[in-house]
Amino acid sequence: MLRLSKINKYYAVGSHRLHVLRDVDLEVEAGEMVAIMGASGSGKSTLLNILGILDRYDAGEYWLGDTLIRDLGEGQAARYRNQFIGFVFQSFNLLPFKTAVENVALPLYYQGVPRRQRNRTALQYLDKVGLADWADHRPAEMSGGQKQRVAIARALITKPRIVLADEPTGALDSKTSEEVMELFGEINRTGMTVILVTHEADVAAKARRTIRLRDGKVEPELVARAS
Amino acid sequence: MIDVDSFHEIATSLTRHKLRTALTALGVFFGLTIFMLMVSFGGSLRSGISKKMSGFATNAVFLWGQRTSEPYAGLPANRPVVFDNDDIEPLRKLAGVEHVAPRNQLGGFRAGNVVKHGSKVGAFQVAGDYPDFQFISMPLIRAGRYINDADIADRRKVAVIGESVASELFGGADPIGQALEVNGIHFVVVGVFGTRATGQQGDQQVRTIHVPFTTFQQAFHTGNRVSWFALTGKRGVDAKELEQRVYALLRERHKVAPTDDAAIRGFNAGAQFAKTEKMFGAIDIVLGVFGLLSLLAGAIGVSNIMLISVRERTKEIGVRKALGARPAAVVGMVIAEAVMLTLVAGFIALAVGAFAISKAADRIATMGPDFPLGPPQVSFSFSVLATVILIAVGALAGLIPAVRAAAISPVEALRDE
Repeated sequence: MLRLSKINKYYAVGSHRLHVLRDVDLEVEAGEMVAIMGASGSGKSTLLNILGILDRYDAGEYWLGDTLIRDLGEGQAARYRNQFIGFVFQSFNLLPFKTAVENVALPLYYQGVPRRQRNRTALQYLDKVGLADWADHRPAEMSGGQKQRVAIARALITKPRIVLADEPTGALDSKTSEEVMELFGEINRTGMTVILVTHEADVAAKARRTIRLRDGKVEPELVARAS
Repeated sequence: MIDVDSFHEIATSLTRHKLRTALTALGVFFGLTIFMLMVSFGGSLRSGISKKMSGFATNAVFLWGQRTSEPYAGLPANRPVVFDNDDIEPLRKLAGVEHVAPRNQLGGFRAGNVVKHGSKVGAFQVAGDYPDFQFISMPLIRAGRYINDADIADRRKVAVIGESVASELFGGADPIGQALEVNGIHFVVVGVFGTRATGQQGDQQVRTIHVPFTTFQQAFHTGNRVSWFALTGKRGVDAKELEQRVYALLRERHKVAPTDDAAIRGFNAGAQFAKTEKMFGAIDIVLGVFGLLSLLAGAIGVSNIMLISVRERTKEIGVRKALGARPAAVVGMVIAEAVMLTLVAGFIALAVGAFAISKAADRIATMGPDFPLGPPQVSFSFSVLATVILIAVGALAGLIPAVRAAAISPVEALRDE
């Protein structure tokens, strides 16, 4: 599903060049649930941005399915993000002035799907995360767990190739975290490829595989399987 | 592409900061209102001046003969030049000429003649006219009719009288069919006219009695003489050029030296009109520029507020981009918001401005003929133009913020603090 080979990424800091990712190789099979762990500064955010087609890389190859993600124009990158990737963020990033159903429907807006149709689809996805009754509520009226479930519905609505979750439980209490991780597990069981970025070991433990980054390098894999 | 959907998006984001949006809109509102008032003031000034000039076709040329100042073709200087009936046809055939109205005036230009009706007596101007004269002086027929071709052909003793003549000689009674007497000759009144001209010019016009040109020559024994000619050019014919051709023709016919400027004199209302037109054109430009500048000030306000709005919405725009908003979609969103804000404010300004201007017009209409301004008005074409300008101004105002919004990096925007 996803293959990175010899990905290198530099940031210019003043006159220096910071080598953030060093020859990162990574392969994720379709239907896998993978956790990416690493201390801050390990390059995991950068890796996530590259995986999410939010940022470019300087050398190597990134294949997403049969699509080579390299040197894309902004428009093309936006199209690929819309079609291939579902994002879930730590701070949810719902638009506060839109209702739950409108938030979920937003990716379809950028596909040009007519309003009525996309709201209908959005309602189905809200139902899948158990929030059909909250369709017309704004994010401010919802709990953190509910917001994150809305965000997950939004990530799934375009039927992406992968779901990328950046510290999805970082802003949630432990009970809610568990529920959200449960939901990710369910999604994964339907065959969706899920990549979680986290620094919490018990979150990573839910994934079938954990990839550790240190100083921009992938550490030899330790296999950790959830039950 | 503006559909219900994007309209909804725009409305939502504009109404998020109601006070701020309203204040920004106020800037555009004042800008356009001032622009409107400026333009209509220009028009008002123009109509104020031209109502003093009106009552004559704006492209009319008037010509009369005087004395030659140099000998020519064996004829001495100081010879009077007298136009006659034989000049009429050649003038009519001259290229670019539309109407030719030869005219005779009893007792000369602006003379008073004793005119009687029963026991009433007044001093009025009496003129012999062709039907064509109504296209030059443009009398407003109040009752009856103007002189027609049959009057000319049959030398009918009919008269078309100005409003003042009617009121002074006939009081409140209907003058049509009544007789009046000029120099012992009786004419039957067939029409009464008023005028658009104001002031002395207008007073003069409605104190005039028009009789058929042919009747005049016969009744008052003026032979085939013509006191003066009034003529107009066809549409688009340059007044100055037409005048030159007419001069050339008349000089040749009356054996006047081509260089003799004194022998045939004229007044070119068209050239005069063109001159004032030019002045008003300049005034219009100045007023229009000031108006546009004030609109621009409003637009800068819009631009400013959109810049702030884009900054505040960095995160939102980052989310949208992460979810698949292409840069073009982001640019479109910001520009559409700016245009919508400008248009709504502008339409309110158009409505309020049109109302104010129509009130002012009502007021000015009651001011009497000597008030220097005419009733201002807002034309439909101005409204269309204003709408186009508003869209352009709004788009321009949104451009910089839009480009800035499109440049927002989703990575930066989504970074959690």
